[in-house]
Amino acid sequence: MATLAAQAIGLNKYFGGGFDYRRLVPWRRNGDGKHGPFQVLHDVSFEIRRGEIFGLLGANGSGKSTLVRIMSTLLLPDSGEARIFGMDVVEHSAQVRALINRVSADPSFFRNMSAVENLLFFGRVYGLSPAEIRQRLPGILERLGFEWERALEPMSHLSRGQQQKIAVARSFLTSPVLMLLDEPTTGLDPRSKRDVQAFVRQARAEHDSTILLTTHDMEEAELLCDRIAFIAGGRIVAEGTPLELRERVARGRPVAEITMEMVFMELTGKSIEEDEERDQEREEVMTHA
Amino acid sequence: MLNTEARTAQPGLLGGPIGLGYAFVERQTNLWKRYWAWELVWLVYGVVNTLAITFIAEEAENAGIAGADGAAGLVLFLLLGTLVWAYLSAVLDDISLVITWERWEGTIEHTLMAPVSRAVHLIGMSVFGVLHAIVRTLLIFAFAIPFFSVELGQADWFAAAVVIAVGSVSVAGLGILTGVLPLLYPERGTQMSFMLQAVVLLVSGVYYSVDVLPDWLRVFAYISPATYILDGIRGAIIDGRGVADLWDTLLALVAFGAVLVPGGIAVFAVAERWARKTGQLKRQG
Repeated sequence: MATLAAQAIGLNKYFGGGFDYRRLVPWRRNGDGKHGPFQVLHDVSFEIRRGEIFGLLGANGSGKSTLVRIMSTLLLPDSGEARIFGMDVVEHSAQVRALINRVSADPSFFRNMSAVENLLFFGRVYGLSPAEIRQRLPGILERLGFEWERALEPMSHLSRGQQQKIAVARSFLTSPVLMLLDEPTTGLDPRSKRDVQAFVRQARAEHDSTILLTTHDMEEAELLCDRIAFIAGGRIVAEGTPLELRERVARGRPVAEITMEMVFMELTGKSIEEDEERDQEREEVMTHA
Repeated sequence: MLNTEARTAQPGLLGGPIGLGYAFVERQTNLWKRYWAWELVWLVYGVVNTLAITFIAEEAENAGIAGADGAAGLVLFLLLGTLVWAYLSAVLDDISLVITWERWEGTIEHTLMAPVSRAVHLIGMSVFGVLHAIVRTLLIFAFAIPFFSVELGQADWFAAAVVIAVGSVSVAGLGILTGVLPLLYPERGTQMSFMLQAVVLLVSGVYYSVDVLPDWLRVFAYISPATYILDGIRGAIIDGRGVADLWDTLLALVAFGAVLVPGGIAVFAVAERWARKTGQLKRQG
């Protein structure tokens, strides 16, 4: 049995650069310099061991979500490989999909359907019977601090935090062996954030799940992750346990005084806010891709 | 202990493709219930459209354009045309919006990364589309029929049902093909698929015989399955033709279904791969 839950091997991904009809217009023939191919992942490699929580830290637009979408089989890499339990996500996408689930920053539900109706659908498409879903659901919702009665209301009536808890419930409902948590606590109030973080730790401990957590929240990464990789400009710039990363930049200072934000700045050469400026350029390319 | 082999094993037919396909039927039914006001709008629009068009035949008699017999025949001809189009457009809408629905709701990534084959997904959506269209069309028929005095004693309802059943397969294939457009063009694909539907309406003889079309346009009538469905339905209900008499029409519809459904699924798969390559499988807005 594979001891590696996931691997990225030299992944590269470009957006844009295809046929652009705007260039048929004479005065735009040379383009505006914004629509050429834009490399969002540069030779990205890492390994996630079975049972660990692996954090991928980076600013918005650093390539975190692109990586998660490749792992989720929703995006094809231009070169390199991504493997889940030894299976290539491109060649064996059907098998890989049965092993994974995902929480994204945006809860993404059928807004006018109730939480239960949504969870029934998303459970069913993972092969669960309605009886299995109804049996598992109350326990999961209770642990997330979610009242059952509210689960019968349309999703549009729920707060952002409540919707995100349902998103977490959706992903754990199918007992995935690899969970892709893409900024799962973004926009949540402190209490909801703590509920979700506690549930992630508990679920990992009880279900032997492996978790890939992407975040730009340094505290969250340190709290939850066994190992962390920093990604900036589509490149992995450092990888290790939180302690190893802090030691790497300590240079004689007490390690306890080194925050993960300081580590990020030292290893990437900029703060997470500065790195986010690149996001705007990438978004423009994505819009025109 | 992890058992990834067991997680990726293929379940049986009932627990597998049928159960997975039914998930989409159930989900669309839940959405249908939640969007009941829109369903009411489309029902009222369907009834009004059917009445408005069929009254043209009454006017033809009043204006002396057609005699009493001719007008009665025209009433039934137009009534069947509007009802069959209400049915076909409902099926086409439901299936061709397979991706658009997911983009509207923001669920596209979660639905398309689920371990369910695209063929099962599309067939599940097609089954819902057909059931939904049957219910809506029967309601339109029930509301519209009291307004007209039509002779239905000669109708072969069984043959009409067979035409609808066989024809629905080919229309589902057409819906899957038009559903590819929103996958390829997230911002304009839905509009493009509605334009294709409009062309089907024009060339298929919904409100007139395809004989009145210019020669170059009539070519498209021959390659539209809707033409054969309308021919078959009118043959069964107006002329009382049975299944045996309609064999050529049914054969054409079987051939359309045999080509369009697997062809549509194959084209959808190619388009989905392209969308995965270019990063189009994501929510808009």
